[in-house]
Amino acid sequence: MTDRPPVLDWTTDFDHLDPRWVTEPHQIWDELRRQCPIAHTERYGGVYFPSRYADIRAIAYDTEHFSSRRVVVREMPPRAPSGSEKKKSPGAQSTLASPPITSDPPHHRPSRMLLLPAFTPDAISRLEPKTRKICRGLIDRFASDDGCDAAADYAQHVPIAVIAHMLGLPEEDGERFRRWIQLLLHDGIAEDVSFRKALDEMDDYFRQHIAQRRSAGGEDLITFLLKARMADQPLSDEHILGTLRLLLIAGIDTTWSAIGSCLWHLAQHRDDRCRLLSEPALMPTAVEEFLRAYAPVTMARQVAKETTVGGCPFKEREMVLLSFPAANRDPEVFPQADRVVIDRTENRHAAFGLGIHRCIGSNLARMEITVALEEWLARIPDFELTDPASVIWSHGPVRGPRKLPLVFKLTWELRSLLDAR
Amino acid sequence: MPEQKVLQVVVDPALCQGHNRCKAIAPKLFELDEFGHAHAVGDGTVPAGLEDKARLAEANCPEFAIKVMQA
Repeated sequence: MTDRPPVLDWTTDFDHLDPRWVTEPHQIWDELRRQCPIAHTERYGGVYFPSRYADIRAIAYDTEHFSSRRVVVREMPPRAPSGSEKKKSPGAQSTLASPPITSDPPHHRPSRMLLLPAFTPDAISRLEPKTRKICRGLIDRFASDDGCDAAADYAQHVPIAVIAHMLGLPEEDGERFRRWIQLLLHDGIAEDVSFRKALDEMDDYFRQHIAQRRSAGGEDLITFLLKARMADQPLSDEHILGTLRLLLIAGIDTTWSAIGSCLWHLAQHRDDRCRLLSEPALMPTAVEEFLRAYAPVTMARQVAKETTVGGCPFKEREMVLLSFPAANRDPEVFPQADRVVIDRTENRHAAFGLGIHRCIGSNLARMEITVALEEWLARIPDFELTDPASVIWSHGPVRGPRKLPLVFKLTWELRSLLDAR
Repeated sequence: MPEQKVLQVVVDPALCQGHNRCKAIAPKLFELDEFGHAHAVGDGTVPAGLEDKARLAEANCPEFAIKVMQA
């Protein structure tokens, strides 16, 4: 990442790529919520940051003034298309048309509706045995060691393997997916070259798979999209490609981040580890609470028409960081918002967004997080951070630990005793 | 013992976005269509003993789409 000028005032000059924002965002958001609930920065062409639940909710619902045509705030030099450049989207900056996440009404609904049946609780529960098998296989690799990097060795592999399975893609291509996501959502946030490179590679990859499914068929989501009809017409290749980008990108580092954050929390809270082991029925409320407290995803909107929210004017064309993670920490809505309470029963959190763009993969994410934690705790009941300072958090629209060194506290002997029980 | 009032749950289809929290919390009170959008089972009457589940479903709906009312 390039050097960025230091932030002098978070209310008027915030930078979501600043190292402090990356490592301790919740403190910054709590301060902003008290001092300036809708912060603004001139960086990135002008960005607003609402931190109150009510304002974030109002913006998520207001698709007339806040468009999803851009959903990520990144350094994006305005570029005139030059002859030497690939003209995939002529005249446009590098964006990632990925219907329905980048669609507004009225185009949004049809492309969303066609995906929804593949992501209902029933459809997702059929993937649970496979997910469990994936988790067990991963844990087998390090369970007898003294520790592991829970982000790199575990969390990231779970959603990669599951989405590869859903899309009918070879599991060994997972490393490629991981690299594209790194380039698109991490490196590509600060510069455009990585972004375009990953996008081109990914599109080429999917075009090959689309062609292959078209001739040979299959039982995966790519085939499902090829058979899908919108207004009695098959989807265009561009539409299919965009949706595949979305499914791959949205399905991976989001859940990987959530699983990592859960393990990061549990590594530092022995009481919660013990409770989940002795009261496994708490898992559903615990998962919702982890999703609330460590919600990984911040989407963005572009102001389509000038308007006012929370008493603050929003200027056309500027961006808004729609921080569901900040909404989830608003003490006006959540008592003890800064505490993780794993048996919290009333939890109206917004981790999967609000309104028409509610994360389509929410059931998938919940299933993966639950299974990943259950399988982990069954094998590695006691663990701690090797060194809190060695944890590295991602920056950009998806927040989670990218390096999470853990030390396993249970000795082999104790573990065998537990196993024998 | 005070008489328990009969409750009814209603899902506003214009607000439900398919988070499926109600289905997870109170599977006997809510069912989903093929797109994962929720509606009340039957006419929404809450059987005795499920009142707390109905209230929890209401309190956990991210879209405020569920209302629990006196039947």
